[in-house]
Amino acid sequence: MPTLLHGQAPPSAPERLIKAVVFTVLCLAVLVPFLAVFATSVAPREQISDAGGLVLLPRGIDLTAYEAIFSGGVVTRALGVSIFVTVVGTGLSLLVSCLLAYAISRSHFVLARPVLLVVLIGMLFSPGIIPVYLVVKQTGLLDSLWALIIPTMVSGFNVIVLRSFFQGIPEELTESATIDGASEWTIFSRIVMPLSKAVLAVIGLFYAVGYWNSFFSALLYIDDAAKWPMQLVLRTYVVNDTAMGQADIGLEQMPPQSSLQMAILVVSMVPILIVYPFLQRHFAKGVLTGAVKG
Amino acid sequence: MSVTVPQDTAREAEPPPSAEGAGSAERRRPGFWQKLWRDRLLVLFVLPGFLVLLVYHYYPLLGNIIAFKDYRPYRGVWGSDWVGLENFEVIYTGDPAFLNALTNTLILTALQAVLVFPAPIILALLLNSLLSEKIKRVIQSILYLPHFLSWVVVVALFQQLLGGSGLLNTFLRSHDLGAVSIIGNGELFRPLLLSQVIWKDTGWATIIFLAALATINAELYEAAAVDGAGRWRQMLHVTLPGLKGVVILLFILQLGTSLTVGFEQILLQQAAVGLDRSEVLDTFVYNRGVIGGHWGMATAVGLVKSVVGVALVLGANKLAHLFGEAGVYATKES
Repeated sequence: MPTLLHGQAPPSAPERLIKAVVFTVLCLAVLVPFLAVFATSVAPREQISDAGGLVLLPRGIDLTAYEAIFSGGVVTRALGVSIFVTVVGTGLSLLVSCLLAYAISRSHFVLARPVLLVVLIGMLFSPGIIPVYLVVKQTGLLDSLWALIIPTMVSGFNVIVLRSFFQGIPEELTESATIDGASEWTIFSRIVMPLSKAVLAVIGLFYAVGYWNSFFSALLYIDDAAKWPMQLVLRTYVVNDTAMGQADIGLEQMPPQSSLQMAILVVSMVPILIVYPFLQRHFAKGVLTGAVKG
Repeated sequence: MSVTVPQDTAREAEPPPSAEGAGSAERRRPGFWQKLWRDRLLVLFVLPGFLVLLVYHYYPLLGNIIAFKDYRPYRGVWGSDWVGLENFEVIYTGDPAFLNALTNTLILTALQAVLVFPAPIILALLLNSLLSEKIKRVIQSILYLPHFLSWVVVVALFQQLLGGSGLLNTFLRSHDLGAVSIIGNGELFRPLLLSQVIWKDTGWATIIFLAALATINAELYEAAAVDGAGRWRQMLHVTLPGLKGVVILLFILQLGTSLTVGFEQILLQQAAVGLDRSEVLDTFVYNRGVIGGHWGMATAVGLVKSVVGVALVLGANKLAHLFGEAGVYATKES
């Protein structure tokens, strides 16, 4: 990283103070909501009713809300659905996108240009909510978890990012393998994939976040509440404030609604908060290959 | 056609004709089908992704013909009767509900262009002026995070903070300051939407501006300093011109989506404030089509929206070229 301050005068003391304040405020604006939600989800019952809402610092740790949502019931089921869709979806998306991107990154492939154009033109035109809904219905995916995976399996943007990354792999490597009689599959799986771990991590994260966060497709395609993913549960019980009943949780004892709500909110954020720090350093690289070279 | 294709690919793909292949023209220039057969494994690689795009992206594009039909679910897309432009009536006769959705969309787009678009540029300049790489990276990690949360989570977080029993109002009440109604208040709906967008995506959007800032030649700053330019003038004459290209590029992309404003975000909060303030084109299509069963009319509105969107991107790109900027497509080719 070249520093950009060559020749620039060093910032004055008041300027540095102002910047420190601005950045502290910005970081707090991001972190305080997380903190409040997490604190409320573990705060004891009395503290929540005293505060009449969210708390910032729990006076103790009470995990009843988590016990309630994890011991069977709506949230446990939704978590299973979301994990299934995210894991299977991300795996399939990565495989299919990599194969596609690899094929169109091979300059000798006669269909490379036409297929690239199909991907690019597809990015320009979006078909609209209703026509896609009708095709999903026509192909029999309504009320099936596959409706949350198959229609959004290939993202043109991600394919373009992968393709430009694959094109950056030195041709000597793939050429010498070809001369040695390696098939395209061998080159793909033994040479190209192992060299692309960083970009695979980023694209995998993009897909996984997409699947985990997808709300509208579930709203549109899934009627059966037993197949709801986390985002729909979150909307119903937290955003729309529908009270959870005894039948919705797996415990005899009913924790306060707001700790249940906050626990649901925490559970729907946690997977992202866990993978985020590991992948964060690759972002700039992944995004920029796509944006600059795409 | 079969004549042009091999020439086209031969130019960039095949190694130059060497001595060993000189004997047979067939070998030197295999035909299209021969090449296809040679690379049959690659065709197989393309197939799954290509099929998904075909079935769930291109085929639905065709499905837009129901905009010109009286669509009946039991008769299907192809079996329904043609009705000409009847479905477009809401647009050309200026149906009040449609005009309301259009107006709300345009107002939100304009507000976003003015208030949301510059935010990451300012933040990137601020980040860029930090001397410590380490502090900068920590701040970036924190500010990128909200981008990865779903709209459901973001809306829920805002409710918990600003809602009737949220953190802000609990605090105000406990200090006898009275409560403020923010969530569900129609007056404040637009500011609320904008602040949610800013909270969620400003950090992430700095990535591209930071990258552009990193490509500005450090010698330019040195030269400016030698000429006696202070920090402010360096920013005016070196930094901002260096950002011009990427700013125009992103503005064009934004223009292309100007009829699309926060669909999930608005849908989630629509019930609380009513359609008057909150209906935009996308929610109009959803509410009228999927919920209301007016498939043809809703599709017609969606179709016009997409066509105008594409026209906007292409038009804006043309404009950028006229201004001597690279635009979207030139960047894609480089």
